[in-house]
Amino acid sequence: MENYRKVRQDKGIFYRIDWILVAIYLGLILIGWVNIYAAVYDENHHNIVDLTQKYGKQMIFIIAALIIGLGTLIIDPKFFSQFAYFIYGFFLFLLILVIFSGREIAGSKGWFAIGGFGIQPAEFAKLGTCLALAKYLSTMDVDIRKIQNLFVASAIILFPALIVLLQHDTGSAIVFLALVIVLYRAGLTGIVPLAFLVLPMLGILALMIPKLILVGILALVVLGYYFFSDRKIRTILISIVLFFSSVGFVFSVNYSVNHILEPHQRNRIYVLLGQDTDLKGAGYNVNQSLIAIGSGKLFGKGFLQGTQTKYNFVPEQSTDFIFCTIGEERGFVGSAIVILLYMGLFVRILLLAERQRSRFGRFYGYGVASILFFHFAINIGMTLGLVPVIGIPLPFISYGGSSLWAFTLLLFIFIRQDSYRYELI
Amino acid sequence: MERIYADRKYIIIGFFLLIGLVFLIRLFYIQILVDKYILSSNNNVLRYMTQYPARGLVFDRNGKLLVYNEAAYDLMVIPKQVKNPDTMALCALIGIDKQEFINRLQKASNFSPYRPSIFEAQITRENYGYLEEKLFLFQGFFVQSRTLRKYTYPIAAHTLGYIGEANPDLIARNSYYKSGDYVGISGIEKSYEDILRGKKGLKIRVYDVLNRDKGSFREGKYDTTSVAGTNLYSSLDADLQAYGELLMTNKKGSIVAIEPSTGEILCIVSSPAYDPNLLVGNIRKKNYTQLLLDTVYVPLFNRALMAMYPPGSTFKLVDALIGQQEGVLTPDTRYSCNGGFPIGNGKMVACHRHPSPLDLIGAIQTSCNGYFCRVFKSIIDNRIYASTRKAYESWRKAVMSFGFGKKLGIDIPGEANGNIPTPAYYDKYHGKDRWRSMSIISLAIGQGEIGITPIQLANMAAAISNKGWFYTPHIIRAIGKKDSLNQAFMQKHLLAVDQRYFDVVIEGMANVMTAGTGAAVKLDSITMCGKTGTAQNPHGKNHSIFIAFAPKDNPQIAISVVCENAGFGATWAAPIASLMIEKYLKKQVKRKEMEERMINGNLINGKLPESETGQGNILQD
Ligand SMILES: [Zn+2]
Repeated sequence: MENYRKVRQDKGIFYRIDWILVAIYLGLILIGWVNIYAAVYDENHHNIVDLTQKYGKQMIFIIAALIIGLGTLIIDPKFFSQFAYFIYGFFLFLLILVIFSGREIAGSKGWFAIGGFGIQPAEFAKLGTCLALAKYLSTMDVDIRKIQNLFVASAIILFPALIVLLQHDTGSAIVFLALVIVLYRAGLTGIVPLAFLVLPMLGILALMIPKLILVGILALVVLGYYFFSDRKIRTILISIVLFFSSVGFVFSVNYSVNHILEPHQRNRIYVLLGQDTDLKGAGYNVNQSLIAIGSGKLFGKGFLQGTQTKYNFVPEQSTDFIFCTIGEERGFVGSAIVILLYMGLFVRILLLAERQRSRFGRFYGYGVASILFFHFAINIGMTLGLVPVIGIPLPFISYGGSSLWAFTLLLFIFIRQDSYRYELI
Repeated sequence: MERIYADRKYIIIGFFLLIGLVFLIRLFYIQILVDKYILSSNNNVLRYMTQYPARGLVFDRNGKLLVYNEAAYDLMVIPKQVKNPDTMALCALIGIDKQEFINRLQKASNFSPYRPSIFEAQITRENYGYLEEKLFLFQGFFVQSRTLRKYTYPIAAHTLGYIGEANPDLIARNSYYKSGDYVGISGIEKSYEDILRGKKGLKIRVYDVLNRDKGSFREGKYDTTSVAGTNLYSSLDADLQAYGELLMTNKKGSIVAIEPSTGEILCIVSSPAYDPNLLVGNIRKKNYTQLLLDTVYVPLFNRALMAMYPPGSTFKLVDALIGQQEGVLTPDTRYSCNGGFPIGNGKMVACHRHPSPLDLIGAIQTSCNGYFCRVFKSIIDNRIYASTRKAYESWRKAVMSFGFGKKLGIDIPGEANGNIPTPAYYDKYHGKDRWRSMSIISLAIGQGEIGITPIQLANMAAAISNKGWFYTPHIIRAIGKKDSLNQAFMQKHLLAVDQRYFDVVIEGMANVMTAGTGAAVKLDSITMCGKTGTAQNPHGKNHSIFIAFAPKDNPQIAISVVCENAGFGATWAAPIASLMIEKYLKKQVKRKEMEERMINGNLINGKLPESETGQGNILQD
């Protein structure tokens, strides 16, 4: 306690704060609030602070988030690195607890009901994992290139992801994989993130092209690789392993999609691949989302004039499909501004992460950027019909308390770390 | 040691920016480059609801309402919203069976599960009252109001016409009409469609995904209100029309009466007729088919405009006028007639017994066949023409100036041309220029190839009463306001006969009514001018024809009556014409015995005494 008070007295809570990040943050939550208002606008409740409506509730969430953010700036920056594992463990505990005592909302069981609000531990588990991973990677003698260290780091990431997956919250589980970017920055061989990019493509091809033709193409690629390489034994072995693992992957993707996935998930995937044009069924959401955004043209239809979003053609418009409202009412200009704001946010976090003198601060920054980026990419990619429909919120903009608070904590812990970058080594 | 990998920050930042760029390109593509999404967007939420205007009303010449609108209701269904319907109750309400219910729901569902389709069209107000009380029980059903055309009197069906839904062909041709719109199909409903229909309005409503009405689009900024159709003031006299239809009960034929000074049609009867209310609303299809299939009465056939008859002896008036105009006939010209006019080979155009020789007035009065054959022969053989052909062409031109041989151009659709044979026709029949006056002599007494419609006959009567001119007959005298006259019928048409030649013909026609073939139907209080005729009918009994106008010195009404298969003109057509004139000029008919005989006469399936059929060798009138 002595320590914390000293910091406040000496420097104040806004000492060396990165105002650019704060400004982007405030901009995004404001955009979110206004667009939630537009998305669920009801002529009978036109007051944006009407607490019976989602926009009124979002205002409460935002006020709470700002308090959380300020609170974070009061806490000693060392607290988060020192208690990283404890925080991680605490949220894991909540994550397991919620399986037994949680509530089911929208098909996923990961919610606590606290006084009318739902709290989703999975949102906070990302934060815990991010802290724990940064803590582990910044530990002396940990080298991600060593297999045992890689194993521990992977376990830190995958353990909460698996628990979330058990709660049928595929979207949130996938987000944990974003942390592979942190591992890559820490020195993990580039093959792994590359595989993260190549494998989905191979998976898509596996569903679109007949298997045998794909196997033939793979064989040609591997042979080509072999002929243009040094032709050492090692290369031959790598080629063979590569070939058979690719073929195995192709067959397992095909099998799992067609036999393991539940029908609605299978449909979503086929819709995305353009192989299912059932616009009333699984393709409905994506089609309506595209119609909403596409009809915005250059400048949009104007505030509250979005017909697609206003009249409920677009599903989940205040949460997962909030970007549709922006696209429809603000057009290309508004949508591009939002995307550029996010780009600014990510690049700024990464640049700040690079200037951290503590390894913890740097890895944590990369974790923050990766998680926010994954949310952004999957959410907007989904509304644009580029990614399967995976229900995860758009950071700071989507309606909802849990995600807003968790993202605020995630970001402000980093801002706090950054402001003390000279003191924290 | 991660400092070795510091360069990886560029790869990571680059990757993030790349995804952002992909999103921007994708946004640019779907928002700027392609239009399909904005089009889908409009279809998604906006419902364009037509506001149907009230169709214009039609009044008769005395201000009586003939055609008006009555509210009717379409029962609509949105298949997706139909929940646990009490099928049997609904079926009972609209009178269909369960299978039909399922079929209709399926059909609506095929059209669109989310949008309304017509389930039962044009429910009358009485039935709607019934339905309305129960409608809340049937989720997914609602009513949409339309208007039905209604006719105050069961008369003038052919003239007033009817409306029906626009067919796909019309919709393709004319962008004003959309599926489900009504359009005039016959009668003045058709010819005055543009005036009667008014202007449709449009309401744009916004609907959400569950098809719930969310109010006007942009506060109704783009809505337009409908404009009611314009009223028409007909020249028809509803009482006269009804009386004419009564007189024509059980007779095939027509009555056309015209006000000579204006060309306004006072009545136009085609018999057998039908009640115009039969072709209204959802009973129209069934009734129309029934009327169409009636090959005995052929009620849909508008005889007044479409039937062509040889005019018989009524045509002698034309001979008399053209003969004088051509200078081959004077009122004093006398021809003797010994039982007819010999046409060679021992044959003759027969004539009945009468004093001989006769002058022109006498010839008209007694309708002497021999006299007019000679008049006609002198017209065609007139030396001032280089050839028979030239003389015939001149004659034909003069005949056509009476409005024969071509459409008059009246404002009721379906008019026939009639037929005045061309020289080419006779060339074909006899060889090029190998025909002479004697070859075509039957034209003199209005027989042969000549075909004239009842409206043309009435128009001739009007033109003679005017002494040489007529206005095109028309049924709509004013549009919009009672005194805003129909500008389409302001053109006076002159006959190719000078005014001075008419007096003697009119005198002859007056004599017909006092001492001639029409004497039996004369009326002491009104000086009528008339002419009987009998049209030869190769398919059965001859047709009885009569034309007349009255009063002689100030003609108010010109009339033609045709009774098919009725024999002489004097027996049926003349009394009917006389009664009509009495009715119009005196407002009430005193000759009850004659009236009753006419109304009760059944010429379609009743038996007539042989003496009345006029089926002999001699064309007596
Ligand atoms: Zn004679």
